[in-house]
Amino acid sequence: MTYALTRLPDAQLEPLQRAYAEAIAAKRRQTTLGGAILVAVIVISAYTAEVQLGTLFKNIGDFFNYFIRLFIFDSGPDAGRPAWTDVGEWFWGLRDWLSLLFDTILIAYLATLTGSVAAFFACFLAAKNLGPNPVLRGVVKRLFELCRTVPEIVFALIFVVAFGLGPVPGVLAIAIHTIGANGKLFTEVVENIDMKPVEGAIASGGTWAESIRFAVLPQVLSSFASYALLRFEINVRGASVMGFVGAGGIGQDLIEAIRKFYYTDVSAILLLVMVTVFLIDTGTQQLRHYLLGRDESR
Amino acid sequence: MSDGIRNAALADIAGLRARHASVFSPGVGGRAVGVLVIGVVVGLLVVAVVRLDFSLARMLSGIGELGRIVGHMIPPVPHSLPQAMLYLHALAETVAIAFLGTLFGALLAIPLALMAARNTTINWVVQFFARRSSDTIRSIDQLIWALIWVNVVGLGPFAGLLAVMTSDIGNLSKLFSEAIETADRKPVEGVTSTGGTKTLAIRFGIMPQVLPVIASQVLYFFESNTRSSTIIGIVGAGGIGLHLAEQIRTLEFQSVAFIILLILGAVIVIDFVSGLLRQAMTGKAQLTH
Repeated sequence: MTYALTRLPDAQLEPLQRAYAEAIAAKRRQTTLGGAILVAVIVISAYTAEVQLGTLFKNIGDFFNYFIRLFIFDSGPDAGRPAWTDVGEWFWGLRDWLSLLFDTILIAYLATLTGSVAAFFACFLAAKNLGPNPVLRGVVKRLFELCRTVPEIVFALIFVVAFGLGPVPGVLAIAIHTIGANGKLFTEVVENIDMKPVEGAIASGGTWAESIRFAVLPQVLSSFASYALLRFEINVRGASVMGFVGAGGIGQDLIEAIRKFYYTDVSAILLLVMVTVFLIDTGTQQLRHYLLGRDESR
Repeated sequence: MSDGIRNAALADIAGLRARHASVFSPGVGGRAVGVLVIGVVVGLLVVAVVRLDFSLARMLSGIGELGRIVGHMIPPVPHSLPQAMLYLHALAETVAIAFLGTLFGALLAIPLALMAARNTTINWVVQFFARRSSDTIRSIDQLIWALIWVNVVGLGPFAGLLAVMTSDIGNLSKLFSEAIETADRKPVEGVTSTGGTKTLAIRFGIMPQVLPVIASQVLYFFESNTRSSTIIGIVGAGGIGLHLAEQIRTLEFQSVAFIILLILGAVIVIDFVSGLLRQAMTGKAQLTH
């Protein structure tokens, strides 16, 4: 089976082909220009960031060796043997580490709870559809932005000076970050609600607070809970490094082990953190699916 | 008229109660669950407050101290011009770390994502190991990667760059492989039906679909990495974080405020630029579709 393709006469074909060639050439020029700019930016950045590929290639073995050394005892009676041959020795500090891990989880919990509650009260002021006052709304939105743009470790560093070493500055730093992050998400949820129940509540004489309680809350509560749980997962990770700046939790033992080259301690603590994070992720995921599923079945 | 509805409803209140019992009084089971949840939440709160050493006195003195610190931050200017230049250079370093770290992380994440995605992987062994390595990389915090890279290439921004790159490989490969798995199968079938190999099917069937998604995710990560690479210097991996931590430890709060403002300014500029880029890209993607 053959098809007879109609071929345009050359006189008609030629301008079309020229236009095609021009379009392609323009695209090529654009791509080349973009590529050149990209390469220039890469070179400038590489110079600024002191990239030394030589050092990297020379020492890349150290990177992999580091992970091998993490699992080999380098002192004591077991020196030179893999860590898993003597789990008791590997996890010698289990009791302290578990207690610090529990602290870490509590830091994340307290910060998530207080931060989310604060974000909960503030988000109704920041939402486009419910905000009582446009000026107040702008202020609250900017505050949310400030809270989530400054990294939590920076807040922690400052709070350590003000509140002293320990978990308190860690909780406050993560809580502030949570206000910013969840405030934004909560506001978006509130802005996307169905406004009919609100109109109903106001039409029947409800105040602003009553309309939020009876018309908005039932619509948003499960999304809020789900975002709060998600934030809890993130905050557990954040809390695990708070100790780096003296703000409590497992981080302080971890950074000490890394700095002092206690290799098997590093792997033991990292494994504990990873298992904890995994367990919490799995647990909160179940809860979130339950919450969102219940919402949909309504 | 509405009175009519109201009166009708009130007249039938017993019937309404019977029909919608759960609205008028949530059952004992529902209440018990509510009380239990609140009990657990509050109980944990109390445990946390006690165990983590929160006390009213400490909070009050801390807040007072914080007020003094904020007072010391004004006006937010550094001591001297050379110092300001030093901070600006460190800020440039931070942006360079975020830019190159995200770029190389994304480039390395693409092959890993192809190996981890169900529809492009080579075989299940490769897929298993690709997924597990991505999970493992992701479960280690960027700051810890920075500490490890400092051990390998020494102190300085290069270690920070490698740390951003490493943690991005983990995060981006997961997002990329999700994008690849949700790609439309039809273009792939089309390429295969005309005799294309699997590589060709990926190049011409999948890549054109996922590249806009990938590009916009990479831009998001560039934004978020600018934030996180401002602190990577705290562990000695270059950028403005080193100065920030130093100035906080030496209680030079005017410089601290200046650095924080610099960071905020840089983040706002980068958010704006990447917003423009993203708009340009998604606009183009809509045209080609």
